[in-house]
Amino acid sequence: MTMAQITSPGPAQLLKFVREFGLTLTVVVLFTTLVLLIAGAPPLDAYFYILKGSLGSWVKISHVLKTWVPLTLCGAGLLYTFRIGLWNIGIEGQVMMGAVFATLTLRLGLNSQWPMWFLGLSFAAAALGGGLWALIAGFLKTKGGVNEIFAGLGMNFVAQGLILWLIFGPWKRPGVASMSGTEIFPQSLWLPYISSLRLSPAAIALAVTAVLITAVMLRYSRIGLCLKAIGGNSQACVLYGLTPTHFMLLAMMFAGGFAGIAGCLQVSGVYHRLLPAISSNYGYLALLVVMLSNYNVWVVPFVAFFFACLNVGSIQLPMMLQLDSSLAGVIQGALVLATLAVSAWRGRRAKIFEAQTQEAVAK
Amino acid sequence: MRVELENIHKHYGSVRANDGVDLSVQGGEIHGILGENGAGKSTLMKVLSGYIRKTAGTITVDGRQVEFRSPGKASECGIGMLYQDPLDFLNLSVLDNFMLGQVSGLKNEREYYRRKLLPLSTHFNFNLDPNSPVSRLTIGERQQLEILRLLSIGIKVLILDEPTTGISEIQKQTLFAALKQLAREGKSVLLISHKLEDTQVLCNRVTVLRRGKVTGHMEAPFDTRQLLDQMFDQLPTPPSRLKASPGDTILSMSDVVSTGGRTGLQKCNILVRKGEVVGLAGLEGSGQGVFLRVASGMSRPKSGIVEVDGRSMIGKSHREFKDAGVTFVPTSRLEEGLVPGLDITEHFALNARKTRFFVRWSNALSAAKEKIEMFRISGRPRSPVQSLSGGNQQRLLLSFLPEAPRLLLLENPTRGLDVESAHWVWRHLQTYTARNTSIVFSSAELDEIVMVADRILVFFDGKIVKDVRAEDTDSRELGRAIAGEI
Amino acid sequence: MNEFQVSILFAAVVAGAAPIILATLGETITERAGLINLSLDGSILLSAMAAFVTAYLTHSVAVGFIIGALVGALVAVLVAVFSIYLSQSQVAVGFVLTLMARDLAYFIGNPYSRLQGPQVMPLPIPLLADIPFFGPVFFNHNWPVYLSLVCIGILTWYMYRTPMGLALRAVGEHPKAVFARGMDPKKLQLFYAVCGGLLVGLAGATFSLSTKPGWGRPQGAEGTGWIALALVIFGGWHPVKAAIGAYLFSFLQVMGIYLQGWLPSIPTQVFQVAPFPLMIFTLLLISLAQKEAFLARVEKMPWIRPFIQMLSGTPPSALGKPHEAE
Repeated sequence: MTMAQITSPGPAQLLKFVREFGLTLTVVVLFTTLVLLIAGAPPLDAYFYILKGSLGSWVKISHVLKTWVPLTLCGAGLLYTFRIGLWNIGIEGQVMMGAVFATLTLRLGLNSQWPMWFLGLSFAAAALGGGLWALIAGFLKTKGGVNEIFAGLGMNFVAQGLILWLIFGPWKRPGVASMSGTEIFPQSLWLPYISSLRLSPAAIALAVTAVLITAVMLRYSRIGLCLKAIGGNSQACVLYGLTPTHFMLLAMMFAGGFAGIAGCLQVSGVYHRLLPAISSNYGYLALLVVMLSNYNVWVVPFVAFFFACLNVGSIQLPMMLQLDSSLAGVIQGALVLATLAVSAWRGRRAKIFEAQTQEAVAK
Repeated sequence: MRVELENIHKHYGSVRANDGVDLSVQGGEIHGILGENGAGKSTLMKVLSGYIRKTAGTITVDGRQVEFRSPGKASECGIGMLYQDPLDFLNLSVLDNFMLGQVSGLKNEREYYRRKLLPLSTHFNFNLDPNSPVSRLTIGERQQLEILRLLSIGIKVLILDEPTTGISEIQKQTLFAALKQLAREGKSVLLISHKLEDTQVLCNRVTVLRRGKVTGHMEAPFDTRQLLDQMFDQLPTPPSRLKASPGDTILSMSDVVSTGGRTGLQKCNILVRKGEVVGLAGLEGSGQGVFLRVASGMSRPKSGIVEVDGRSMIGKSHREFKDAGVTFVPTSRLEEGLVPGLDITEHFALNARKTRFFVRWSNALSAAKEKIEMFRISGRPRSPVQSLSGGNQQRLLLSFLPEAPRLLLLENPTRGLDVESAHWVWRHLQTYTARNTSIVFSSAELDEIVMVADRILVFFDGKIVKDVRAEDTDSRELGRAIAGEI
Repeated sequence: MNEFQVSILFAAVVAGAAPIILATLGETITERAGLINLSLDGSILLSAMAAFVTAYLTHSVAVGFIIGALVGALVAVLVAVFSIYLSQSQVAVGFVLTLMARDLAYFIGNPYSRLQGPQVMPLPIPLLADIPFFGPVFFNHNWPVYLSLVCIGILTWYMYRTPMGLALRAVGEHPKAVFARGMDPKKLQLFYAVCGGLLVGLAGATFSLSTKPGWGRPQGAEGTGWIALALVIFGGWHPVKAAIGAYLFSFLQVMGIYLQGWLPSIPTQVFQVAPFPLMIFTLLLISLAQKEAFLARVEKMPWIRPFIQMLSGTPPSALGKPHEAE
């Protein structure tokens, strides 16, 4: 796994970057257009509706930001686990458990005199819930030798089952239990929002803070250095007096905590109740975001914004063109694959070039 | 068959592993390729076997120019190689290993190949059970299997890379007898070695390599002095042994039993005193590695007592050993000692005080600059460690050593270094013994051990079979102990 | 339960296990060659969609199966090329393809949702189907089910009895040594990735044309890919043991329906997620079975030993580490 170093780009590098970016984009647009043609849809219309549906008005942009917040939070969390070389695929379940713990806390505050206290508490509870859920996968990895991908994945399904059980069982709406989730909380337990946009500034602030904290942690803190070192060579780190398993658990907890907060925002800031699809696949998507950002914390928010635009914009497709909204996922996947391919192709070309110059030198 | 190599080049980046090498081999001869570690012997032979692609140069077989793009092409021309780390399949049986690569398709031909393997095996006095998994074989037996397989596919030029490292004396005799027999049958043998002794017993002719270039050819009988001149830039002047006056016990082990490695460690009893330099001799993997790891707290013994300074260290972590003044430097630098992807400064930051939340990058940078200067490491503070050469990596590792460790445990501290770097390492380490630090080191080079150690422990099959003062013994006696004949 | 009901139950287990077995065997081949195809969950859905749509348009189940298999192979080729020839992380590429193939399936398959399409006809085997108990359990199905049964045997024979199978096992153990013996490890791995992908594609086609006929969002095959990946480990990379795992899983699924009827107090969700904690538990046992301290502790419990022995498969040594030329 390559962890990009932050280097200041010169003009030549910038030009190369632009060229490669252009190549990647061309490949993705060609592929997506092909997919649209196969589905019998007018490609230009589809792109237009995605653009209009995501950036066409302030309300749309606020929708995008609502998606951007959990993506960025999860992305920031995943940087810790990627840094130490763990594939925290369980982030999806960690979002869900954050949502469950937040709902639990808010339910306790239903008839309280001080709802704001419970609202604040719900964030702590969610971070704890997500962190603990991540710790289970972490312990399975460090103590039990279970690959974190399978542990995390299993835990995701368990978390999903737990949410369904809660919605249809103990937390069901009076009278009917249904896929539409639990009873909506009273407004006093909603995260304060700008009423014209239904967007909460606190959520945005949280996401920005998460990015800043992560950037500082990874660059300047000892923990960040140790995560990178263990990710590079965990065996050698024992010689430096570090205990790799402790740092793995720590990284899992950070990721789970951030994911939990994302889950809490889904409950208190967006849906105001617990839904079966409360995590909206944001955890899985965040994995793609971080990969496409080349594991660079400063790039994550921008890629997350772009992905959020695709997700929100593609909601227009079923309405306007009778297409499935999953086109967003196709474009996102194609982007990551194309980027991987282009960077690999660049590496190969450099290698071939080197071999040729050496041959010339030898002759 | 006649094989000729002309002006062979193999470059890795700016490193020229082979820099215009010429070599010719006749049928029926045993040809030694001599040179110290890193001289380019293995690279040259891997080019000949098709395992790596040459940068430039020509290879001709019986006057016909050939281009080997893979080992398959080379073996079609009758050239095959026995690699230093045997390239076989531990989880498969002897027969499976024998068949692999000889046969394809869907027809089950096990019986045919079993009938082919057995007589071939007895022909060379080898004793291989076709059904045994290769993981139960010794290194020597795995070599035997590989030789039989190569002969079975029709190899006429057999290349062997350091075949006598890690095998017993008896197996060595069997191997040499087999090689001589092959030469009598008209096949050519190419023997890579850095041991003069092996080539003297076996070879008709040698080619000496130094820094990727041919520095000499010679016909048997060989003039040892001249060969040494050709192998080394200057005759190595060994660092002299320091006369130490050992003090109190620093490390003691009694009845320590541990698993790990090929042999584990069995009933180990030993005392190491202050200021002592102890050399661990023995075939690769006879328990030296396990010993060093147990003594440094990297792995925990199954039973027995380990004491540092009279304090029991059972159940303690490596960190606590470190706090007690025990420092361990493992053999494989990039695998166990350094972190690829981190640069030199980051390594010093990692070594700095562990209590602070934030890294003092300025301090780490100045420490890096200072040590680069002091240890003459050719690299910059921001060079990633994987870009350094082996010698510089070792210097970097040594620069991490604390000011006054009480006990230094070093695994093959000079492996892969050129003579000059190796001497530098020892001169540096001896500054520690002057400060009353004890050193325990392992080495595959008996000469090195005899040169610098005050006391020598010989490992065989996970046991210490000999414990002598260096002045009371000689290489011959130690050699016998290493082979298990006490 | 009388004998009649038991035979119906087991017949349902055998039929339900067919696509899972095909996918598990496919992944077993791929992983034996040293490659992890993590994209299973997505590629099963994509090939299910492709198979249903082509069968719907051509009115031919056979064409559907062929296209389904090819789509599975195509996804596998992507994983293989990215990891073998472009040295990218197999896990990363596999994961991206999991999500992407799923979304692609939903997107392209959207117009064909909830349509009545062709499906595989039952094909009882004459004479054999009349054998009491075994007849209905094994010989009264359609041909994809027979295919799944036959594949277990063929693959076992191929892997352990033929020289080509020997090379398959070898390349996953030590690709460098395979290279030194004059074979091309990269081509071998690519070849077996394609073989594995074909089987995974057949698994998808079996879903949409036989097990759960039709297409929709969700199709019903969601999650199967992950189960198959876990079953490969459960089976210790051995086709027969992996197939046993698939039957166990199918048994659990079928029993879930019964149990729900018998024990209405236990919520449905428990049965739906039950396989996943079990998967984690199995993986835990496999890894613990390789730890000496653990073995020493359970020595006093003789009943647990057969379980551990059954689960002590070792992964191919070079799994996930493709060959790099020097």
